[in-house]
Amino acid sequence: MDIHEYQAKQLLSKFGVNVPPGEVVYQTHEAENILSWLNEDQIVVKAQVHAGGRGKAGGVKVCKGDDEVVKTVDKMIGMNIVTPQTTESGKTVRRVYLEKAYNIKKEFYFCITVDRETGGNTIVYSKKGGVNIEEIAEKTPKEIHKLKISPGGDLLTHHARTIVYNLGLSGKTAKGAQKNILSIYKAFTSLDAALIEINPFAIVENDEIVMLDCKASFDDNALYRQRQVAEMKDENEYDPLELEAARHDLNYVKLDGNIGLMVNGAGLSMATMDIIKYYGGEAANFMDVAGAATPERVAAAFKLIYRDSDVKGILINIFGGMMRCNDIAEGLVNASKEVGLNKPLVVRLEGTNVEMGMEILKNSGFPIKPVETMEEAAQKVVELVKK
Amino acid sequence: MAVLLTKESKVICQGFTGAQGTFHSERAIEYNTNIVGGVTPEKGGSKHLNVPVFNTVEEAKKVTGCNASGVFVPPPFAADAIMEAVEAELDLVVCITDGIPTSDMQRVRREIRGSKTRLVGPNCPGVLTPGVGKIGIIPGHICKPGRIGVVSRSGTLSYESAVQTAELGQSTIIGIGGDPVNGTNFVDALELFLEDPETDGIVLIGEIGGTAEIDGANFIKSWKDNKKPVAAFVAGAAAPKGRKLGHAGAIVNSGDETADAKKEALRSAGVEVADTITRIGDAMRKAMGV
Repeated sequence: MDIHEYQAKQLLSKFGVNVPPGEVVYQTHEAENILSWLNEDQIVVKAQVHAGGRGKAGGVKVCKGDDEVVKTVDKMIGMNIVTPQTTESGKTVRRVYLEKAYNIKKEFYFCITVDRETGGNTIVYSKKGGVNIEEIAEKTPKEIHKLKISPGGDLLTHHARTIVYNLGLSGKTAKGAQKNILSIYKAFTSLDAALIEINPFAIVENDEIVMLDCKASFDDNALYRQRQVAEMKDENEYDPLELEAARHDLNYVKLDGNIGLMVNGAGLSMATMDIIKYYGGEAANFMDVAGAATPERVAAAFKLIYRDSDVKGILINIFGGMMRCNDIAEGLVNASKEVGLNKPLVVRLEGTNVEMGMEILKNSGFPIKPVETMEEAAQKVVELVKK
Repeated sequence: MAVLLTKESKVICQGFTGAQGTFHSERAIEYNTNIVGGVTPEKGGSKHLNVPVFNTVEEAKKVTGCNASGVFVPPPFAADAIMEAVEAELDLVVCITDGIPTSDMQRVRREIRGSKTRLVGPNCPGVLTPGVGKIGIIPGHICKPGRIGVVSRSGTLSYESAVQTAELGQSTIIGIGGDPVNGTNFVDALELFLEDPETDGIVLIGEIGGTAEIDGANFIKSWKDNKKPVAAFVAGAAAPKGRKLGHAGAIVNSGDETADAKKEALRSAGVEVADTITRIGDAMRKAMGV
């Protein structure tokens, strides 16, 4: 689960990490109160959306004087932001963060993430911060350092020391950076984070170390024991269909194509997207009917996909080791009745009672095309959608 | 002999009396798996599915001599259940549970180092040796005894592979699971199949995310005189970058983690790579020259 920048900073500051003083606003008039409280010469106004690249898209503005701040806030709230990390239609700004703006001396990159290779966490850091890290990785890979922490291990003082020396720091700034790094790691493990990325990790006037921007993402599997993080979920950041799918416990991700997919198993879902692409089509979604593919779950999933107006045809691909295909078929026919099915529907079922299931689908009176293999299913649905 | 699960295996189920543990233990018993008991705290001393229930793994081992376990314990307690089986020094622990916090698995990874236990999973369909038995949820009726070893990150894709290699049959099917931090990986499974005299060919099913398939490809490349034909498929070529698709591990971050990069690495190691999952059986037969 992702959270907003200001929320990530709130969490980090609880662990003693130095973040700029700031406050979030939802409406323009709230900004005035905050300005008297912040009492700074320069304020940076930042759009809060779950996407990087806000700066170039006009979502980050440094302002001088209260009038300029209020005007900027007013312009930013409700604004649509399009960055390389959003969809083409972009995201609406509903929250804006006001914080103290600093005179920056140096900017570094600092990130902690779970490392699948080692099973532990890895810290990625660089002297070249404040810019797109992918660019640095491509152009000057030597500037990127990695520190691998063994699985379940802690970040020790000597690790933090190595990092600050590699960043070229000494004296007071080295001490400050070291303290902040240890605190960020503590926050990462205590909160079951999956990623904390700070860019820039900055040295500002008076040699103070401050985290100027922060992105944080958390392990969904651990949210049950991380209430303060779970409560930070902003439902506006999700596609409405994805939210509904989550309520039904379905793994659903909206994509750009027009073939609606319903599959059991994450691997088979991806393989179905792949074969559709192989035959020249494009999936409108990823959908894993996780867990047992019962008739009720299948019907709920089917109705959800059907409601997506981008969907021009549907492919159902279920390999049920243990469930009965006739039950699934009945669930599908009932759901078709409910929605008054008028989009082409191709169904491939594998499991027990396949023949019975196929018969039920054939005799349903709806435009349902039962097929025997996944290959045939993919070819058929691509062909039907192109018509 | 097959690998991991053999005729000599004595299997218990942790989370035995729960709905999942019960259902899948029933299926395993129907499949003639040597289930010698189960563990559910507070239910020790009773009987379930005609075998004894114990409070702890240690007690189960003392009485039954079990050496393998299937873990069907809910996510908040699953890592602890794995550790209990590791400390009781079982040879094989297969964890089916989906949704275990990553940091819990990191701790398991640390504790398991240097122990005698092999962990398969979590978030996996388990291990099945046709004609011998199964631990987990792989449907028995789709697997046939034979000489192909299957190793897969995805459950349903291991089923597809079993169906498509039906006429060759399988020695053992290993589902290693889709989580970012797990036990057995491709290299471990490839090693087991390479040394197994009853395995003649290997099917490897990967996914986007992580670099385990690249490690597998490098391992295959290092094979000298002792080598076996390998066929592979990697799911997720059509997946958008940076978005998580179901399996916690299935997210593409860097260049090495894409389906294309993995397929290329496998191809350059001499592996027969299938374009679509529907051709994995053909790819295996081609690699075997049959």
